[in-house]
Amino acid sequence: MSGPQFREPIIEVKDLYVYFYTYAGVVKAIEDMSFTIYKGEKFCMVGETGCGKSVTSRALANIVPSPGRIVKGKVIYYRDGKPVNMVELSEDQLREIRGKEIAYIVQDPSSALDPLYTIGYQIVETMIDHNTVKDWKEGYKRAVELLREVLMPDPEKRIKNYPHELSGGQRQRAVISIGLSNMPRLLIADEPTSSLDVTVQAQLLELLRKLVKEHGLTLFLITHDMGVVAEMCDRVAVLYAGNIVELAPVDEIFKNPKHPYTMGLLRAVPNPQADIEKLEPIPGTIPNLIYPPPGCRFHPRCPFARDVCKREKPPLIEISPGHYVRCWLHAQ
Amino acid sequence: MPQPLVHVEGLKKYFPAGGFLKKIWVKAVDGISFDIYEGETLGLVGESGCGKTTTGRLILKLIKPTAGKVLFAGKDITKLRGKALKEFRREANIVFQDPYTSLDPRQTVFNIIMEPLKTHGIKVDDPEGFVTKLLYEVGLNETHLYRYPHEFSGGQRQRIAIARILALRPKFIVLDEPTSALDVSVQAQILNMLKDLQKKYGLTYLFISHNLGVVRYMSNRIAVMYLGKIVEIAPAKTLFENPLHPYTKALLASIPIPDPEAARTKPKIQVVGEPPSPINPPPGCRFAPRCPYAKDICRQKEPKLKEVEHNHFVACWLY
Repeated sequence: MSGPQFREPIIEVKDLYVYFYTYAGVVKAIEDMSFTIYKGEKFCMVGETGCGKSVTSRALANIVPSPGRIVKGKVIYYRDGKPVNMVELSEDQLREIRGKEIAYIVQDPSSALDPLYTIGYQIVETMIDHNTVKDWKEGYKRAVELLREVLMPDPEKRIKNYPHELSGGQRQRAVISIGLSNMPRLLIADEPTSSLDVTVQAQLLELLRKLVKEHGLTLFLITHDMGVVAEMCDRVAVLYAGNIVELAPVDEIFKNPKHPYTMGLLRAVPNPQADIEKLEPIPGTIPNLIYPPPGCRFHPRCPFARDVCKREKPPLIEISPGHYVRCWLHAQ
Repeated sequence: MPQPLVHVEGLKKYFPAGGFLKKIWVKAVDGISFDIYEGETLGLVGESGCGKTTTGRLILKLIKPTAGKVLFAGKDITKLRGKALKEFRREANIVFQDPYTSLDPRQTVFNIIMEPLKTHGIKVDDPEGFVTKLLYEVGLNETHLYRYPHEFSGGQRQRIAIARILALRPKFIVLDEPTSALDVSVQAQILNMLKDLQKKYGLTYLFISHNLGVVRYMSNRIAVMYLGKIVEIAPAKTLFENPLHPYTKALLASIPIPDPEAARTKPKIQVVGEPPSPINPPPGCRFAPRCPYAKDICRQKEPKLKEVEHNHFVACWLY
């Protein structure tokens, strides 16, 4: 399942720059970011702490938290085929889209839910806000159906529970049903299972796969786990220090990685299915994005770095259909 | 057969969880027994709340057990006091999960590493040279001597924490999720370093983690915990290639595999639900309510850990 089937774009990010204006200096969180998500696909963004994956996902819905700002660039959202630029929309127009057409699932379900309201109330509230149900009574009926769909045990009882009465996995199920309540077209999931145990993670990933298939959703999944990428995605973008360094169909990334960072990342993850004599770590640590290294941001850690890498930033170029790499090794 | 360095027998730890007329207990660790042999790494895996960390702390006498005993080099550490306890503290140590809270922010690296020597009254001729040597050992250098913890990244802090322990020349180290706060590219550096140090100094490790890939890479043998009990112990390779306990099978089937082709074809053995509360664990086998193979006996009587193949122990009525 790769590229060609999904030709109708739903989101197009063009030349995006997001900076954070902190007391310590300007953090260049995202620079020169361009990619397209096609309708019906499962698109993944993978990278380490601070590489800008969460910021990207927030920029898509234009909810970059202060002191961050979208400095430059466009986020084109194809609304029933009509392109709108999310960066230029008014707050009212954005409210219409967010939560209804683009839904967001965050990593930590306990901070996404309001502790003072029952989860039933919180699910119905989203539908009332967007007028997808006619009254609260209908809303509660629909909420029970939604919770049943995300396999919450005893949904009739659970809608009367407060978030603290649920386990972590159940809370995340509640958050997912809020996300699904208005049948969004694009579901953004930012590390949806990172705070959960593996057996629960497996259940939720299976559920997400099923929902995407049955409802024809488009999924934008953010993760740091190469295993989750391999299980969930059609196409993957690998992020390093605010730049996309490689973008390709999932099989291509794992079998034929081209960027030294992607190759390093794959070799550094211990595969539970294999006997590994020695892992090959990537030397050094991720750079400070207030003073990012000049040229290619990976060059201080790259075993293949040459002079040009230290001076000039490589462009993201297509080396085979659908496979993009940002590296001087492949630029000539 | 090498001698066990650590021998754990019938170890229990109950934490009080309120209750007025009748006390309520959280049975964090509920009767576990195992050995750790000299020079090996025993991996301890399980999901959150299964009692892995409590086990690590009990073995080091950082908390007192409710029942059971822990022998370290033949001595029962639950009875150690005074000088003998101090000697034990020098030989056995722990690396914590979070390198951001385990180092004193007001002390320089030099002071942090010298502190345990002062506590134990060990004199070194050239403290600066001694600390520098240790820093090289963990991949840092003399330019880091007089810096403070906040100037370091997570991976570097974990290196400092390890250097501090090495200063005492320990025999046994409990590694409690030492890399779960780190990024994968840095995680591999620390894991390799720990393996090298083990070889060089003949260290014995108890490696606690929820990450099965990491545990497989690090361990000679692996113990799987579920809700305060050990359900299976086996050599690392055996456990991954021939898991016997239904929980181990489910756990292994749940890990996302970094290989898209294998991910598509792998068997889907999924357990339903989530681990029950350790306050009122189910009677009989604790995994029975989630187990696809549960029979009547599983809900009534608790299975004992039994050797079903050479060196492969499992606690399940199926065997």
